Amino acid sequence: MAAAQAVQEMRTRVVLGEFGVRNVHTTDFPGNYSGYDDAWDQDRFEKNFRVDVVHLDENSLEFDMVGIDAAIANAFRRILLAEVPTMAVEKVLVYNNTSIVQDEILAHRLGLIPIHADPRLFEYRNQGDEEGTEIDTLQFRLQVRCTRNPHAAKDSSDPNELYVNHKVYTRHMTWVPLGNQADLFPEGTIRPVHDDILIAQLRPGQEIDLLMHCVKGIGKDHAKFSPVATASYRLLPDITLLEPVEGEAAEELSRCFSPGVIEVQEVQGKKVARVANPRLDTFSREVFRNEKLKKLVRLARVRDHYIFSVESTGVLPPDVLVREAIKVLMGKCRRFLDELDAVQMD
Amino acid sequence: MAEGERKTALEMVQAAGTDRHCVTFVLHEEDHTLGNSLRYMIMKNPEVEFCGYTTTHPSESKINLRIQTRGALPAVEPFQRGLNELMNVCQHVLDKFEASIKEYKDQKASRNESTF
Repeated sequence: MAAAQAVQEMRTRVVLGEFGVRNVHTTDFPGNYSGYDDAWDQDRFEKNFRVDVVHLDENSLEFDMVGIDAAIANAFRRILLAEVPTMAVEKVLVYNNTSIVQDEILAHRLGLIPIHADPRLFEYRNQGDEEGTEIDTLQFRLQVRCTRNPHAAKDSSDPNELYVNHKVYTRHMTWVPLGNQADLFPEGTIRPVHDDILIAQLRPGQEIDLLMHCVKGIGKDHAKFSPVATASYRLLPDITLLEPVEGEAAEELSRCFSPGVIEVQEVQGKKVARVANPRLDTFSREVFRNEKLKKLVRLARVRDHYIFSVESTGVLPPDVLVREAIKVLMGKCRRFLDELDAVQMD
Repeated sequence: MAEGERKTALEMVQAAGTDRHCVTFVLHEEDHTLGNSLRYMIMKNPEVEFCGYTTTHPSESKINLRIQTRGALPAVEPFQRGLNELMNVCQHVLDKFEASIKEYKDQKASRNESTF
């Protein structure tokens, strides 16, 4: 009986001990456990698998994926970070830059600005193509000149009063439509995501006049193409009390975990601790610093329950990003299946 | 950029003297993203005796994926099956995810309506 329970624990939980983590790797491959049929079964997978969306707004998404393995969940995370394409500034043609910010620094900053353009409507630029066509390039113009404000007070020292256009923001970037882009994209849809990003600061007499080309790219090439502020996942915590914890110890226990995880209830005059909501815990392992309590608790994580958190930079809504990431993985598989078919043909 | 200039994305290397049941596949322009998930799907096949992958060098963007089958099954077969199964998994995840998003949005819409 105990052996069966231990095997179940090894298969389904990652246990956080005081000095290390146990049962980290996936072991449920066919032949490892006698009495278990671990061969891949699509129907069994479909029955066990579920997705629950916890929170969704225009920039962030939190959802649970239950019943999948770490290898595939991690593949989705890696694709979200590095292989979902976006549009970003790649080439900057500087006509005039008399500001104090060097050309290359300015170009680097412009590249990092998120551009609100659906990358699925564009194609990758061909290798060696310098000019760029309307199907793979977006053009923006940035032209700002700083002048002295003639109406400022004599003794003012506030730059906002003294100078006109001394701060260059993304709202000064204007879109220059190429070819038929003006018909395809209505006015105002192609723009930087935020219009209050400070690009550079100027003083009277300084001017920035440049033309930017945006192309489609992926995060693997340069991090400016990454569509997520970040995408991460954590496993669902699983806290079990090995013995009932009562009285003062119950209060101490509730302080060892994040608020809301352990609830202390009054049962027949005694205070009893109960695990209320383990999902909220951040696993600071404070309980292992308490000699009495560390023997009464088992900290573990559920191996196949992933709590994903995706935060978008604003280019695409986060649920669209996850959808695109899954399609990228399917595209990779399809590419190798086609290669195999081509090889087997000869 | 995303696509490599090489024409071959996939090579198969076999040691001399062995038959087709142990093969090393070289996948170009790939890394742990596909490597680890494909390795998991292939290991779930009871006919596979050994499956592992390595990134040859961090400067080179390719992986070596080795498959050894028990018996006389050609190694290409679990490779193809693993790719197909991974695609089916992705398709199912996509369907469930879209359904869940739609349900969440419908719930939010009905909650907004009921407050007015």
